[in-house]
Amino acid sequence: MTRWVMIADLRRCVGCQTCTAACKHANATPPEVQWRRVLDMEVGEYPAVKRVFVPVGCMHCADPPCMHVCPSTATRQRADGIVTIDYELCIGCSYCAVACPYQARYRTDVAEFAYGKAMPNEAVRQDEKRLGVATKCTFCSERVDAGLEKGLKPGVDHEATPACVNSCIAQALHFGDIEDKGSNVSQLLAENQFFRMHEELGTEPGFYYLWDKKEVPA
Amino acid sequence: MSYGPRPWQQASWDWRAAANFMLGGTGAGLTIAAALVQIQSPHPVILALLLVAGGLGSVWLEIGRKLRAIHVFFNPQTSWMTRESFAALLFFVCAAVELFFHSTAALGATALAALAFVYCQARILRAAKGIPAWRAPQVVALIMTTSFAEGTGVLMLMNPDILATSLFTAAVIARAVAWSRYRAALKQTACGAALEFAGKALLQIGTIVPLALVLGAVYLPQAAVLAGIAAILTGWRLKYVLVTRAAFNQGFALPRLPVRGTR
Repeated sequence: MTRWVMIADLRRCVGCQTCTAACKHANATPPEVQWRRVLDMEVGEYPAVKRVFVPVGCMHCADPPCMHVCPSTATRQRADGIVTIDYELCIGCSYCAVACPYQARYRTDVAEFAYGKAMPNEAVRQDEKRLGVATKCTFCSERVDAGLEKGLKPGVDHEATPACVNSCIAQALHFGDIEDKGSNVSQLLAENQFFRMHEELGTEPGFYYLWDKKEVPA
Repeated sequence: MSYGPRPWQQASWDWRAAANFMLGGTGAGLTIAAALVQIQSPHPVILALLLVAGGLGSVWLEIGRKLRAIHVFFNPQTSWMTRESFAALLFFVCAAVELFFHSTAALGATALAALAFVYCQARILRAAKGIPAWRAPQVVALIMTTSFAEGTGVLMLMNPDILATSLFTAAVIARAVAWSRYRAALKQTACGAALEFAGKALLQIGTIVPLALVLGAVYLPQAAVLAGIAAILTGWRLKYVLVTRAAFNQGFALPRLPVRGTR
């Protein structure tokens, strides 16, 4: 079995938002919609203050609350763990948006463009199907699937890897199959300490945050 | 400790969704109350039908793809919203039968459907993991008792006899207890001053005042009407605030900070 996951190395992320831009470019999301965004968090109290950049988005949970609450079965989970939305089934009730603990879902009711009217690139990529329905990060599943068909390895070969991961200037983002013990993500998780966001909710996110090397016993 | 993005209010559901909980809950509560007092008049059931239909119509206005509303029936396996829709359908059918045949059994069935409907409403909130003020288990009792208090409040406007008054008294007390338990469970959660204020109003104007008015109704029957109105309005206000203004997410938090540089 395959289970695609993403890893964000918090030690490496510099908050440049290139992943956000790459995602918007790859997925043609409208203004205000960021399937991949980076939080700029201040932690601690003066003078011991730290700044941490935290990439967030759909966590592609193993037990996704958005899927359970969806009344139309538009939200589903593929065998490889990617949580999808069928735009033809979704009624846009936004129940999934309030059920998601990661604020990863958006609904845009009318076409919006960066400069008011559609620029040529926006006009070409405007998708009526995505109006009035829930949208979110897809882990660039089309790229992953197309890459797999060509025999490429997602997370290793750029053509089969999500746009945000490809664009990361600091190699903070990684993508791969956690079920494959030899994969890049399995190696990273074996070598580092990590956590997942709001793990106490039991959603089992498919998005891991690295924060330190693993302690090596002396 | 993390001082990252603090919880912010959800913006996906507004007054249209809240109206479903307010009107639908009251309609369901009214049906249950009418069945318990075995009321002979068809008016409570007709009013309940209008309230539930109004609530569902209101939430229909909120969905993004209105012509696909039928898809709401597609996921009874896990979605409480689908189950609520089925319960509403059953409620409408049973109520129609009751109105045509004036059967006690049909009224009982309508009340059971109404009970299922309001339970589904409560579970809709409970299943929303993204909102701490909704996912608290105590929200189920709060929504159900609030609906029943509102329903018996409407009955006090229509037929404030001794049985209706007794039910009403029990309902507002049960609601106050449910609110207190819910509030205690939410102590650590950011849900804003609005919910606190609505809760205080529920206890004072929605519980103490109606109970005093019920006693006063012995001497002045019109006081029962005021008691009902107070219970309805405070219940509606609480649900409106709960759905719109107290619905904060939990933001993001880092249990660990990145360790940078060499050690």
